[in-house]
Amino acid sequence: MPVMTMIEAIRDAHAVVMERDGSVVVFGEDVGHFGGVFRCTKGLQERFGPDRCFDTPITEAGIVGVAVGMAANGMRPCVEIQFADYMYPAYDQIVSEAARLRYRSAGDFTAPLTVRMPVGGGIYGGQTHSQSPEALFTHVAGLTTVIPSNPYDAKGLLIAAIESDDPVVFLEPKRLYNGPFDGHHDRPAVPWSSHELGEVPDGHYTVPLGQAVVRRPGTDVTVVTYGTMVHVALAAASEVGVDAEVIDLRTLVPLDLEAVIGSVEKTGRCVVAHEATLTSGYGAELAALVQEHAFYSLEAPVERVAGHDTPYPHAHEWVYFPGPERVGQALRRAMEA
Amino acid sequence: METTAADARVGDDAARPLSLAIPGPPRWTRSPSDLGTLAFSAAGEVRRPPVDEPPRRMWDLATALVRVTDDDGNAVGPWAPDLDAAVLRQGLRHMMLTRELDRRLLMDQRHGRTSFYMQSTGEEAVACGFAVALGKGDMNFPTYRQQGLLVAAGYPLTSMMGQVYSNELDPLHGRQMPVFYSARDHGFFSISGNLATQFVQAVGWAMASALQGGTSIAVGWIGDGATAESDFHAALVMASTYRAPVVLNIVNNQWAISTHESVARGGAATFAERGHGFGIPALRVDGNDFLAVCSAASWATERARRDLGPTLIEWVTYRAAAHSTSDDPSGYRPKDEPSQWPLGDPVDRLARHLVATGSWSARQQEALQQEVEQVVADAQAEAAAYGTLQSGQRPSARFMFEDVFARMPVHLRRQRQQAGF
Ligand SMILES: Cc1ncc(C[n+]2csc(CCOP(=O)(O)OP(=O)(O)O)c2C)c(N)n1
Ligand SMILES: [Mg+2]
Repeated sequence: MPVMTMIEAIRDAHAVVMERDGSVVVFGEDVGHFGGVFRCTKGLQERFGPDRCFDTPITEAGIVGVAVGMAANGMRPCVEIQFADYMYPAYDQIVSEAARLRYRSAGDFTAPLTVRMPVGGGIYGGQTHSQSPEALFTHVAGLTTVIPSNPYDAKGLLIAAIESDDPVVFLEPKRLYNGPFDGHHDRPAVPWSSHELGEVPDGHYTVPLGQAVVRRPGTDVTVVTYGTMVHVALAAASEVGVDAEVIDLRTLVPLDLEAVIGSVEKTGRCVVAHEATLTSGYGAELAALVQEHAFYSLEAPVERVAGHDTPYPHAHEWVYFPGPERVGQALRRAMEA
Repeated sequence: METTAADARVGDDAARPLSLAIPGPPRWTRSPSDLGTLAFSAAGEVRRPPVDEPPRRMWDLATALVRVTDDDGNAVGPWAPDLDAAVLRQGLRHMMLTRELDRRLLMDQRHGRTSFYMQSTGEEAVACGFAVALGKGDMNFPTYRQQGLLVAAGYPLTSMMGQVYSNELDPLHGRQMPVFYSARDHGFFSISGNLATQFVQAVGWAMASALQGGTSIAVGWIGDGATAESDFHAALVMASTYRAPVVLNIVNNQWAISTHESVARGGAATFAERGHGFGIPALRVDGNDFLAVCSAASWATERARRDLGPTLIEWVTYRAAAHSTSDDPSGYRPKDEPSQWPLGDPVDRLARHLVATGSWSARQQEALQQEVEQVVADAQAEAAAYGTLQSGQRPSARFMFEDVFARMPVHLRRQRQQAGF
């Protein structure tokens, strides 16, 4: 099986869908000729022509706005926002338009589009190249929000997203583009070629939207997480020596609630982890659901590990980032309670 | 039955499939040597109307190119400014300082002493020349490529370097990425990473100045690529409606990362023409001609100061370096393109003018270059003594939690304590 980075897997997903379905078009800033600043669309224009993959002016509102119009008119646009931090001009088009078009027209018009954007910090990107705005999407009725943690899932989920009949926000943890980063920023980078999920099948396959997966079975405590934090949680569990069950949600909405509750009922303890700011983060939703559905199985309060409630700082990004040490402390607290 | 115009159209064209104009090379690569096909006026050729001429009678200026310095270094035509040679020598020094600062800090990034850097190489005249028309109290809303404004305003180089190193000298406490400066006392608004957001804020600052009976003006800055954002258009309509005392600058350096300027310009001949739909007078100016920059800046700022309203200026220049240290232009533009740029280098051109007018010599130029290198090297030694991002004293992580609110709320105080600061 071919070994791919997450960038190559995303590129391949585009190519597979574009090959099968002539209505799929790909566009965004620096996406066409150059192939994207993270090179996720490299080669697509050459292979499929400028009508299928092209550059846009720098207008996120324009990118998603025309994508909604195209999607309503029979196409399946998959557009790139250069960094999630720059999606705000497009937010109105995503929230007020794409997410509600089916509902407000009673299915007369729909918006089957995918909006891709890199998320997360750890590249010294400061407050405008590091954000994790997933909760701003999960809060919106009508949006599917997806976030892969490895190349295999990235390809399968992106194909499923583009083929979905509803708008999908596809978040790409940029620290995972080139390897399974576990939060130990001072250690040598590990490539995807040394990870089993860097093996990506050729051709078409999907990872179904709305399905979580257990990355590490365990009996002591359930860690519910996604994106980069999956790898951080795995590192923390082994460093602290706790037999944690690590759940990678992969899709945040619709949520695989059964996977979460089933695990918490088994372990009786739960830690929720994300890189985004703590307050009103998606972790709050997860913690609420766990107490609603598994209250009588809980032996300890649900712990949350998250970014601090500050903008993402430049020099102190590793103080901000909820690395293995902070996750480890939460695991201990959950075990000791 | 009567035939309508629409029926006739359907009859003619219904069978022909529609198509789009998708931009991309080679179509977007109107290479610099083809620039002659654009309105590319000779030095001295373009008229200079009085500042209070009605906007409608100035439309021609948006497609011409205001140029002052000719190939021999002479200042010609109605836009030739009446400036002391001392002011020009000062401008030359500012441009050379800016270039040397960029060169040093780029090397620092290459050596791992900071995370990121952005040069303004080739565009120094736009910021350094515009600064000549500004006074105390005026406020710039710059992009990340107007470091020349800070240099010209006498902002300490050590503060800029401290910001780039995120060390203890950094006035922003390590919060911002390199080059995202903020210096209120030097007329430099805090830079956002989000393109175009600040163009419209400049209009608001100017409106506040007028509403509060002030006399200072505001200056907005934006790149060619970022004019595609909605905030650019919001700025123009607000400035137009309220006749705000603001100058709105578009720095057309031909590229927006890998995307040619023509992608944002679309079907318009020039970016300056964008002003017309809003009734805003617009100039298109040779941004590599220091004299033309000073002159156009003084014309536009005078309009603002005399309550004649906003002016839109397109500065035609060239981004000679990479977009940033994260970028490699060899992937999208010919390697020799920078050397083909027909409007020359702003430092060389101003030096040639000074020599042509007898107020400068090759020897003085050499001495100035040495002086500038020494000044920057000394500032660097001083700033680096506080360490760099790679090594040394970072600002305390306590600062990370401050200034989120005017007063730190309890939940943040708790988070700060938990983090151990
Ligand atoms: C809202 C927003 N979208 C995208 C970006 C990413 N980005 C940073 S610089 C840039 C190109 C800007 O080009 P231009 O406006 O021409 O300015 P220049 O870099 O040439 O000075 C892009 C797309 C951003 N910073 N903000
Ligand atoms: Mg540009």
